[in-house]
Amino acid sequence: MPSSKKGSLNRRRFLKGAAAGAAALVGPAVGPGVPLAETAPAAQAAQARAVTPLPGPGLVAAETSPPAPRVDVYTTDRPGSDFMLDVLKSLGFEYAAANPGSTFRALHESIINYGGNKAPELLTCCHEESSAAMAHGYAKIEGKPMMIMAHGTVGLQHASMAIYNAYADRVPVYIVLGNIADGMWRRSDVEWTHAVQDPAAMVRDYTKWDDSPISLRQFAESAVRAYKIATTPPMGPVVITADGILQEEPVSEEDRRRLHVPKLSQTTPPAGDAAAVADIAKILVAAENPLIVTGRSARTPKGLQLLVELAELLQAPVMDRRQRMNFPTRHPLYGSGSLATADVVLALEVPDFWNVTHEQTPLNRMGMEIRPLTKQGAKLITISSMDLIMKSNYQDFGQYNEADIAVAGDAEATLPSLIEACKRLITPERKRVFEQRGARLTEAAKRIHEQDLQQAAWGWDSSPITTARMSAELWNIIKNEDWSLVSDVVFQSWWPTRLWNFTKHYQFIGGHGAYGIGYGAPAAVGAALANRKYGRLTVNIQSDGDLNYAPSVLWTAVHHRIPLLSVMHNNRAYHQERMFVADMAARAQRDVSRVDIGNAITNPNIDYATMAKAYGMFSVGPIENPTDLGPALKRAIDVVKRGEPALVDVVSQPR
Amino acid sequence: MKKLFYAMVIVAGLPVWGFGQVGQVGQVGQVSGNAEEGKRLFMKNNCYYCHGTSGQGGRDGARIAQTALNLQGLTRYVRQPAGGMPAFTEKILSDRELTDIYAYLKSLPAAKAPKDIPLLNEIR
Repeated sequence: MPSSKKGSLNRRRFLKGAAAGAAALVGPAVGPGVPLAETAPAAQAAQARAVTPLPGPGLVAAETSPPAPRVDVYTTDRPGSDFMLDVLKSLGFEYAAANPGSTFRALHESIINYGGNKAPELLTCCHEESSAAMAHGYAKIEGKPMMIMAHGTVGLQHASMAIYNAYADRVPVYIVLGNIADGMWRRSDVEWTHAVQDPAAMVRDYTKWDDSPISLRQFAESAVRAYKIATTPPMGPVVITADGILQEEPVSEEDRRRLHVPKLSQTTPPAGDAAAVADIAKILVAAENPLIVTGRSARTPKGLQLLVELAELLQAPVMDRRQRMNFPTRHPLYGSGSLATADVVLALEVPDFWNVTHEQTPLNRMGMEIRPLTKQGAKLITISSMDLIMKSNYQDFGQYNEADIAVAGDAEATLPSLIEACKRLITPERKRVFEQRGARLTEAAKRIHEQDLQQAAWGWDSSPITTARMSAELWNIIKNEDWSLVSDVVFQSWWPTRLWNFTKHYQFIGGHGAYGIGYGAPAAVGAALANRKYGRLTVNIQSDGDLNYAPSVLWTAVHHRIPLLSVMHNNRAYHQERMFVADMAARAQRDVSRVDIGNAITNPNIDYATMAKAYGMFSVGPIENPTDLGPALKRAIDVVKRGEPALVDVVSQPR
Repeated sequence: MKKLFYAMVIVAGLPVWGFGQVGQVGQVGQVSGNAEEGKRLFMKNNCYYCHGTSGQGGRDGARIAQTALNLQGLTRYVRQPAGGMPAFTEKILSDRELTDIYAYLKSLPAAKAPKDIPLLNEIR
C-alpha cells in the first residue's frame, strides 16, 4: 500500500484554496445582483450554466495559462474508502455489482485500484434493479451474498423492487449506499438532490437491518454486523451507508493504526425447540398418511439430502412448492401425496402456508369462498424461520395459520434432530407400514409421470410452440451436461420440473420471491455468474415481459463473459394480467375480446434476437416452427459452452 | 413498478380454470357446429389464454382438445363453471357460438402416444 505523503491536503482546505485561486483567475464577477442583460454574452452563458457548469472562463484560463509559481493540489494517499474496502474484502465478496454513482466514486476507485478489482470485482450494471436482482440470483446458487453499490437516493429507488423480491424470498443481498450526509460538503444541486437524511428509510420495511455510520470505526463494525445479520436465517437484504466524506477524506497513518477490521463471527442457524421436535416426531411416526410440504426448505445441498432422508425414513410423500431445489423430481415420493388424504401435514419453510391448505375462488374477493383442502382433524405442523422475522407494512407474511404445532426455527437446521427423533420411535411394525405406503406412492408417482408425458404430447406440433415441447427440446440438449436451471417454472406450467430429472441443489433456485416482474433476466445472469467457476451450463427460460424491464443486463452478461443460455418464453403478452382482465370482463358480462388492450406486447412484435444482438449477444430466432427449435438450441448451446451468453427467441403458447 | 399477485391463481400445482374439471356429462353427441367458425370464436374470445391455441391445456386450464364432454356438458360448464374459470354468460357467448366452439374442439387432432414421440419416449 502507498504511504502517506507530506503536503497532502484534505478536501476542505483544498476547496478553500481552489475557490480563492479560481476567483482570481475569473476576473469580473458574474453572479447574484448582476442583471443578466447587463453582462456580456459569454458571462450570460456562464450564468445560465451555473447550476451544472460547463468549463467556465476560469477553468479555461487555468488550464491554458502558464502555471502559477505554487498551487495547492488536492491529493490523498489514504482515502477512507481504502479502509472501507479492507473491511468489505474481509467479508469475502467475489463481486460488487453497480451502476456507477458519484456518491460512491471513492469506493469505486478503491475497488479498481487499491483492491486491484479482485474480490470484489466490479460488475458493470446498467440499472440498479439489475444489480440487486443479480445479487439475488447469485446468492441462491453460491449460498452467500453479493455486494451491490448504489446512490442512497436515485440508485436505491431503482433497486428497491428487486430488494423487495430478495426480502420476500429470504435471500441475502449486501447493499452499500453512497450518500453525503453533511450538507456543507455538497457542491451542487446534483449532490443535494442525491443526498438523503436517512438513506435506508425507503427500504427499511423490506430489509433485515441497516446502518449509516458516521465514522470509519463504526463503518467497520456495522459492515461486519450487516453481513452476519444478512446470512443468519431467516436471511435477507441489509443496507450499509458509506458516507461520501468518510470515503473521500484521507485517513492519517496514526488514525489508521487505531482502525480495526472486526472478525466475522457467523451465527449458527436457529434450530427448532427440542421438545417440540420430539412431539412432531411422535405425530409423524404415528401418522397413516403424512405429507411433507416444501417451500424454501433446502437452503444448501445438505438440506436436500436431509429432506430425502426424512421422506424415505417415513416413506412420506413430498409436495413441493418449487421455491428451492428441495427434492429430486423423479423420486417416487415426489408429488405423489395428497392434501385431501393426509392426516398430518408438515410444512417446512412454506410461505403463505394457509394458501396451500385452502382453496379460494379467485374471483370472489369479497366474501371469499374458502374451502379447506385438508381433511377434518388433519394436524398441521410448521417449521419455519419466517416466524422469527415479520414486519408490519408489507404483507408478505401471508394469511394467519391455524397450525397445531408451529416451530420458530430454520427447517434445515432442525431436520437432523427431527430425523434422529423419528428414528428412535420407529418400530419394526411401523417400518412395515411405511414400506407398504412407500410401495403405493411409488405406483402413484409412476402414474403421475405417465400422465405428464401424455399431457405433454397434446399440441406437440403447434405453433406457437407449447411450453411442454419447449421444455422437452431443452431437456434433450442439456440432459448430459452439468446443468442448472435458474428461472422459475410457474409460467411454463411447471413443465421443466414435470419432465426433467432434477437431482442436485444448484439445478433449481425458485422464483421471484415477491412476484415483482423484472427479476428473471438479472437473477439468471447473477446465478450464471455464480455457476461459471464450477463450469456448469446455466439455463434460463426467460419471460418476454420480464426481460423488457431492464434488458441491458444482457449487455452485462456479454461484457463480463457470463455463459448463460436464455430461451425466450415469448408469449407476447403480460399474460397473467390479461387473464385477470378477462376474468373481469366475463364477470361484467362485457366484451372479453378486447382485453389484449394494455396487456399484449404486439404491434410491433419485439424481436428479441435482434435486441440481444444489439447488446453483443449471440442469438437465434424468432423460432415459430417447433421443428426448428432443437437445431436452434444446439447452435446456442455451442456458444454457451465456449463461455459466452446466447439467446434463443421462441414464440410460445401463453403457458 | 408492477406487482403481480400470481399466487391467487396458483393452487398447489392444480389447474384452477378449465372445462375439464367437471365430470363427463352424457355421451358425445352429434356435432352440428361450424368448426372453422368455432376456431375463430375460440381465439377471439381468448379461450386460448388458459387452454392453449390447440386446446392442449396448461397451468390455468384443462386440456379441452377432443373434449370428452358432450355439447350439453360443455355448455353447462361454460355457463356455470365449478372451478376458477369465470362464467361466460349468453351476453358474451351464445349457445350457437358455443356449438361452433364445441365443433372446433372436437375437430382438433388427438395427441400421439408419448412412445411415438422420441423426445417424450426418452423421458419415460
